[in-house]
Amino acid sequence: MLTVSGLKRLHISVSFDLQDGECVVLQGPSGVGKTLLLRAIADLDPNEGTVKHDGTLREAMPAPAWRKRVTYLAAEPGWWSDTVQEHFMGWGDAIPLVTRLGLPDDCGPWPIQRLSTGERQRLGLARALMLRSPVLLLDEPTSALDPASAAGVESLIAERISNGTSVIWSTHDDAQARRVGSRIFTMGPDGRIEENGR
Amino acid sequence: MTYIQLSYGDLVLPALLVVMDGALSLVLRLKLEKQLAIASVRMVLQLVLVGYVLTFLFAAVSLLWTAVAASIMVLFASREIVARQKRRLPGIWSYGLGAGCTLLAAGTVTTFALLTELRPDPWYHPRYALPLLGMILGNTMTGISLGLDVLTNSLVRERAAVEACLALGGTRYQALLPVIRDALRSGFMPIMNSMAAIGLVSLPGMMTGQIIAGVEPIDAVKYQLLIMFLIAGGTGLGTLAAVLGGAHLLTDHRHRLRLDRIAADGPG
Repeated sequence: MLTVSGLKRLHISVSFDLQDGECVVLQGPSGVGKTLLLRAIADLDPNEGTVKHDGTLREAMPAPAWRKRVTYLAAEPGWWSDTVQEHFMGWGDAIPLVTRLGLPDDCGPWPIQRLSTGERQRLGLARALMLRSPVLLLDEPTSALDPASAAGVESLIAERISNGTSVIWSTHDDAQARRVGSRIFTMGPDGRIEENGR
Repeated sequence: MTYIQLSYGDLVLPALLVVMDGALSLVLRLKLEKQLAIASVRMVLQLVLVGYVLTFLFAAVSLLWTAVAASIMVLFASREIVARQKRRLPGIWSYGLGAGCTLLAAGTVTTFALLTELRPDPWYHPRYALPLLGMILGNTMTGISLGLDVLTNSLVRERAAVEACLALGGTRYQALLPVIRDALRSGFMPIMNSMAAIGLVSLPGMMTGQIIAGVEPIDAVKYQLLIMFLIAGGTGLGTLAAVLGGAHLLTDHRHRLRLDRIAADGPG
């Protein structure tokens, strides 16, 4: 279980719990601070507040260990090497996941430069899923995808959720929000979240 | 050893070459004449001044005065490093990191050379210490300023890549390694290029000077080799310390990228 209490970052001030195997959708107008909130939970920006996973404070472990448990995925994931496969610890193990997301199994040597935004988004998701983190913070993970690919991503994440993974999913797509989320948080300009039933 | 002495009058004719450059700039409207004039006047004043200062220091042979002169040189070097940065490190670090690493590298290497190989009497004799420090300082300064400039600029440009690695549980060192590598490569490039080209394309100033002063070429070569090893060592040490120090300052103990610590574009 992920426990967030009194998390403060700039104007944001948030408390909530996230159960194992639960998917909470985060909504709100652009620029309201959804990304900032997700980044703060992953401890990627300086912030205040108590954040625990399974009762362990994030400060009790090194930040890299925390982020392997509570993994943030940016809407436009970054790439530090030239080819696709260099970004995966074990490319061979990642191939089933990559093909499941609709990419060919020989895309390992492809140069990152040549990928479309949608391909990058799906490969970024595959790269993050390889960590098998118990908590995923997905920042608009299907924003650059066509409906078919988006459905593929939704079913893949749904599988992970049924296996006990907890997810916070930010999206602007109301229909998607109702499909994937068991609860919906709406973030307002005051930096607080309000829970709406689905 | 004999060499042809120059009087100030002998410099008038060569100086006309620079005047000619300025005249050409005026005629062709290149708008370089003002900068050229300022640079030329600066050069003349600085060199004549340093000539008198060195004359004084060589007569004094005092540890205190030599140290004062060396500190002033290091201060100017760090000022130059800061001036060449597009993006600056925060507060005291903008000067501190450059100055510290320059001092560390150039100071260590110069002292090392004076104590182990050259061994002048006394070891801090300014005739050896200051020219040596000057040559090492100039190159170390270039390495450090290039390295830091590439580090800060690449971190801003590659922010998404660095943060992707961090978000996936990479340590700050793992995440910054590609950028650190680029920064070090840029810092080392000038000295590596000059080592490769030396003797074939360029005859270094110090060696030329010694040859003109009547030293046997092969002896001048030995001196030049010593200097090149010292320069390469100093540049390597200084650039490494500055880039790793900069990488440390722009991340924090929770392995976050802290670009908020970079001040906005500096002047120039």
